[in-house]
Amino acid sequence: MKVSYYPGCSLHATGKEYDQSVKAVSDAVGIELQEVEDWSCCGASSAHMTNFKLSVALPARNIIAAQKDKLDMMVPCAACFNRFKSAQHHLDGDDALKAEVEEIIGAKYDASVSVRNPIDILYNDIGLEKLGEAVTRKLDGLKPVSYYGCLLLRPPEVCQFDDYENPYMMDGIMNALGADARNWSCKTDCCGGSLTLSKTEIVVHLVDKMMMMASEAGANCIVTACPVCFANLDTRASEKGRLPAFYFTEIIALALGLKGTEEWFKMHNVDPRPLLTSLGLM
Amino acid sequence: MSTFLEEVNDRMGGTPIQSCFHCRKCTAGCPVAFAMEYNPNAVVKMIQMGMKEKVLTSSTIWLCASCETCVTRCPNEVDIAGMMDTLREMAIESGVSKGEKNVVKFHEAFLSSIKMGGRINEPTMLVHYKLKSGDLFSDLGLGMSMFMKGKIKPISPRTKDMGSVRKIFKSTGK
Repeated sequence: MKVSYYPGCSLHATGKEYDQSVKAVSDAVGIELQEVEDWSCCGASSAHMTNFKLSVALPARNIIAAQKDKLDMMVPCAACFNRFKSAQHHLDGDDALKAEVEEIIGAKYDASVSVRNPIDILYNDIGLEKLGEAVTRKLDGLKPVSYYGCLLLRPPEVCQFDDYENPYMMDGIMNALGADARNWSCKTDCCGGSLTLSKTEIVVHLVDKMMMMASEAGANCIVTACPVCFANLDTRASEKGRLPAFYFTEIIALALGLKGTEEWFKMHNVDPRPLLTSLGLM
Repeated sequence: MSTFLEEVNDRMGGTPIQSCFHCRKCTAGCPVAFAMEYNPNAVVKMIQMGMKEKVLTSSTIWLCASCETCVTRCPNEVDIAGMMDTLREMAIESGVSKGEKNVVKFHEAFLSSIKMGGRINEPTMLVHYKLKSGDLFSDLGLGMSMFMKGKIKPISPRTKDMGSVRKIFKSTGK
């Protein structure tokens, strides 16, 4: 299959290993990615927290740019995904706003682009069976907890993604790779998001609680699909009790024996290689 | 002249916030309530009571992380997270966004980075934020480590058609 690809700003910087692992996994399972032409930032939390119209117009510019490709749009970053979905929700429900935004962008919005996260594409279009068959290194001993955070799921009528209180798609993917995804109660909790720079102590409090709950659930790592969650888990948890974090696509690449994993793991703040070596997975 | 409650409802559209019957589900599920000056449901009550200045200058509206747990669980479909967005917008417009100065400065630095290059360049945005906030020394080690690992670069690809991005900022009033 072929999809439009919107990497977003984080995936070209602090979330580099997410971008590279999404590309490697897509290539391995037969998803062709076509980058959205001359894309710009979605505005993330700063736009919607301070200026509603800006928070609709910034994503709309990219959705309109992707329209001509007539493909589903893959958006790996949970924050971008949420902003795109939310902009579509407002544009679809408010004709006056839609007209105003079209005027600003200078092009028509035709509501044709389906915005999708790679978890959904891999789970529903590629399927667990095909993923399982592609495994060359079964992830025996890896006990991840899946951490979905906020932005893929809420509000549910906007995101329309998985079960919003107890999501399961990422868990399914992990288990299909031979890992043992642990049940836990923090799947959809908040990491504090962009407060990480301005109110660091709040984020430390939230991620420390998550690390404790993950350990209690018998996990040895945390898997996520959001560059903000990843950065907070990887850099803000207190040294005592912290577990290594992964992007879920890094884990798929590891199980599929794809090139690049070692390079990505080196970029993490909390080095996951000792864990993987101890499990004989590296 | 409209009351504070009417003003907030008009801007938000959707369910009027006085539909809240104070079950406190929003506050119970809020991950940041422990650090807030006023709990989310208390803010609803304060708006009803016309306590505009207290609400708009509070830290609460800036500490809300927009996780949307409140909206998802509200039995009366009050969009508490949307209400916080509206209150932040009003606080900026009235020049009283002082509850959490650094949070506001972070948003300013973030948006001006988009205005400059169409995309966020994280190192430039971070330096900009640090200069604005005066919080120069926290996270220096972390930043250096990310730089050494090649994660963040001082120069990154920008959007080519910057005219279209600038037009968005100009037309939406920022």
